[in-house]
Amino acid sequence: MPRRCLVLELAKVSAGYGAFRALFDIDMSVRAGEAVGVIGPNGAGKTTLMRVISGLIRPRSGSITFDGQSIGGKRAHQVVATGIAHVPENRRLFPRLSVEENLKIGAFVPAARAQLAFRLASMYELFPPLKERRNQLAGTLSGGEQQMCAIARALMSGPKLLLMDEPSAGLAPVVVDQVFDLVQRIRTEGFTVLIVEQNVQGVLDVVDRAYLLEVGTIKLTGAAAELREHQFVRQAYLGM
Amino acid sequence: MDIFLVEAMVNGLLLGGVFALLALGLNLIFGVIDVVWIAYTELMMAGMYAMFWLYAKYHWPFLAAAAAAIAVVAVLGLLTHFLIIGPILDAPPINQLLATGGLLFFLQSFATLLFSTEFRNIGVRLPTLEVAGMFISVARLLAFGVSLIGVGCLYAFLKRTYWGVAIRAIAQDRQIIGLMGIDQRRVYGMTSAIGGALAGLAGCLLVLQYDVHPFIGLSFGPILFMICVLGGLGNMLGGLAAAFIVSEIIAVGGFYVSIDLSYVLAFVVFIGLMFWRPRGVFTR
Amino acid sequence: MKRNLVVWLVAIAGLAALPFLGMPVYLLHIAVQILLWGAVYTAWALMGRFGMMSLGHGGFLGIGAYVPALLWNYYGITPWIGIPLGVALAVLVAVAIGFPCFHLRVVGHYFALVTLALSEVTERGIVAARDITGGSLGLTPNTVSGTSLFALQFPDKRHFFVIALVVWLVGLWVWHMIDGSMTRLSMTASVEQDAAAAVGINVPREKLKILLVSAALTSLGGSMLGQYLMYVNPGTLSGVMVTLQMLFAAVVGGMYTALGPTMGSALTIILMESLRILFGTRFIGAANTIYGILLIVFTIFMPVGIWGFVVRCWERRAAAQRARATGATSAQGAGASAR
Repeated sequence: MPRRCLVLELAKVSAGYGAFRALFDIDMSVRAGEAVGVIGPNGAGKTTLMRVISGLIRPRSGSITFDGQSIGGKRAHQVVATGIAHVPENRRLFPRLSVEENLKIGAFVPAARAQLAFRLASMYELFPPLKERRNQLAGTLSGGEQQMCAIARALMSGPKLLLMDEPSAGLAPVVVDQVFDLVQRIRTEGFTVLIVEQNVQGVLDVVDRAYLLEVGTIKLTGAAAELREHQFVRQAYLGM
Repeated sequence: MDIFLVEAMVNGLLLGGVFALLALGLNLIFGVIDVVWIAYTELMMAGMYAMFWLYAKYHWPFLAAAAAAIAVVAVLGLLTHFLIIGPILDAPPINQLLATGGLLFFLQSFATLLFSTEFRNIGVRLPTLEVAGMFISVARLLAFGVSLIGVGCLYAFLKRTYWGVAIRAIAQDRQIIGLMGIDQRRVYGMTSAIGGALAGLAGCLLVLQYDVHPFIGLSFGPILFMICVLGGLGNMLGGLAAAFIVSEIIAVGGFYVSIDLSYVLAFVVFIGLMFWRPRGVFTR
Repeated sequence: MKRNLVVWLVAIAGLAALPFLGMPVYLLHIAVQILLWGAVYTAWALMGRFGMMSLGHGGFLGIGAYVPALLWNYYGITPWIGIPLGVALAVLVAVAIGFPCFHLRVVGHYFALVTLALSEVTERGIVAARDITGGSLGLTPNTVSGTSLFALQFPDKRHFFVIALVVWLVGLWVWHMIDGSMTRLSMTASVEQDAAAAVGINVPREKLKILLVSAALTSLGGSMLGQYLMYVNPGTLSGVMVTLQMLFAAVVGGMYTALGPTMGSALTIILMESLRILFGTRFIGAANTIYGILLIVFTIFMPVGIWGFVVRCWERRAAAQRARATGATSAQGAGASAR
């Protein structure tokens, strides 16, 4: 796996909704094989960041480069084709489709569709509970299972970069641990991951580096270990 | 039981088949795109006129004319979506109803301009079967059969094919469909084309039984809407059931009282049922 | 306020005197129709402006047109009694439909389609009862020779102009009343029905009030149209097509301002007459084709209608002038609340 290679780069990216600006001049990068976290309080702009990368909203200014291509103005379905998959906030599974149908939909891009059987098999191997429930309606799964399904669905497109928006949100503590274990496992499979999280403790345990986003700007950045020891982070976010 | 009553009931069933097809199309559009095409039966009328034009005037073979007519209405469906609905997709429902109301006006009047208000007959005379003392029109039987096949095909498409799953998915969450690599516009376009095609198919089947004129959409439209609302807007199975039930009410009602009065009765029953179950009698 | 009232009274007196100053009969005919249909469209817009899209007003119009005509023809009951009875029936029907609808939260598409059923039932009912109503051939109220106040028949169109003017003004007055009342505030709030209920607004009751007023005014308009045209017909004074006509006039004229629907009425009628003069009977359907296209175009590009657009331009200019006068740095349009 080529390391040190820049996969995603944001330069001076600003974005918002209507008259409201959520992100101001964001500079950020992710290298191949890395796991990078973005932490910060509610309303900091973390979800907006995910959406502007995956193409759900357009950046107001700045550039977003992925794998050498500029993806700044592209629409979401075009961004997926370049190799980015986004696991949305709150899972957003299709509730009245079965688990298997949700996974199939994740593999809609032609390249993935051609390998549908193989990918399904890999996902079921990676996430056995999904195999058990393959014909169950996704809306009837438990929170943790839904998160698993949402992640698997995103992986079905064979992405080079996986975006995860608050995977631990709304889940019971036991399940949260399982989710972070999942993330760790995905990492060891070699996927590049960018995670946005409010659960600072949990995410700093699984990522290499992290950014601290507050009120739409990057306040701090550094290795996960460093941030964990950082005084500001400890006081504001780790309750110490 | 009076054999004529049974005959009426059978005819009701056969008519129900075509309404089922129409209800499916309308519910598909509503369930997926969240808009009601008030002009849906006018699209059907366009299909009927296309059949008349190609088959009766230009003597195309029947199946070729039907295929072309269905294609024409599918294209009309596409145009309806991209020209009219697309720009006001996120506007309040009233705007969409107003716009498709305008389309209704336009289609009816344009047909009047092109074809005048005369009743046009396609000139196909299909026989009438006599079964156990009842007279059943082959045209009706054919319409029923083909409608059921159409319903079955749509079902298979939605369940088995990739685009079918995409259409069902976008109905459940249209904001993140892009994250699956699916272009929302393409799915909506496909849905609109299918909706149009279903209306076109219904038109081809009905033109065998009824003369076409610019206002024929008004004869079927309000009843169709009633059926869809009763079944629950967007609920395809509900629409199917409601189509047959309402057709039966009209057929049986028409047997006991005049046809016009039976429609009035059906509507009054509808209003009553709406108040009992506002979201549709068959909604979960 | 006093000055406004005086201006209004002078304007009204002027308008009323207009026909007596020598207007050609044809223009009078057009004017009467513009005013009467204007009142009808205003009635529809009372609901449309708050997002309540009713496709049932063809029913109220039909009730208003037929009740007085039938009572007059069969029982000799004067329209002075027949018309209020028509209004009463329309209001009753409105309650029967509206009360359950609003309390059961039947809104949006569902509301439109349920009310569509009302237009349909009325038209089909009139046709079905053809022995009484004459069916699709229509009905002519028994003519009384000369001017008769009792029969409300005025061969002299100038007299009817005054009556039409009164009806139209009643419509505007109703609009004005609703505009100034609590009902309007609560209706604007009722876009979010739950939120409105949470602050104690009884949304169903407010909606019902508007529906009843709208139904009554529509019925009145229908009665007057019947009396003026001396001919009622289920296709032109009831049913779905005439309801769509209301939509068209309200949208193109502008349903968010008092004079918008009247403008829509003028547009519709002038367009129809122009086409008739230009093409005679050659292009039947041309008018409606244009209506259809305009309705679509206006819904997409100018949902506030022509008059609404004009009013907005005025308001923006006025606000800009005010801002310049007070030296403020930014001028937000005063007409921002146009929903």
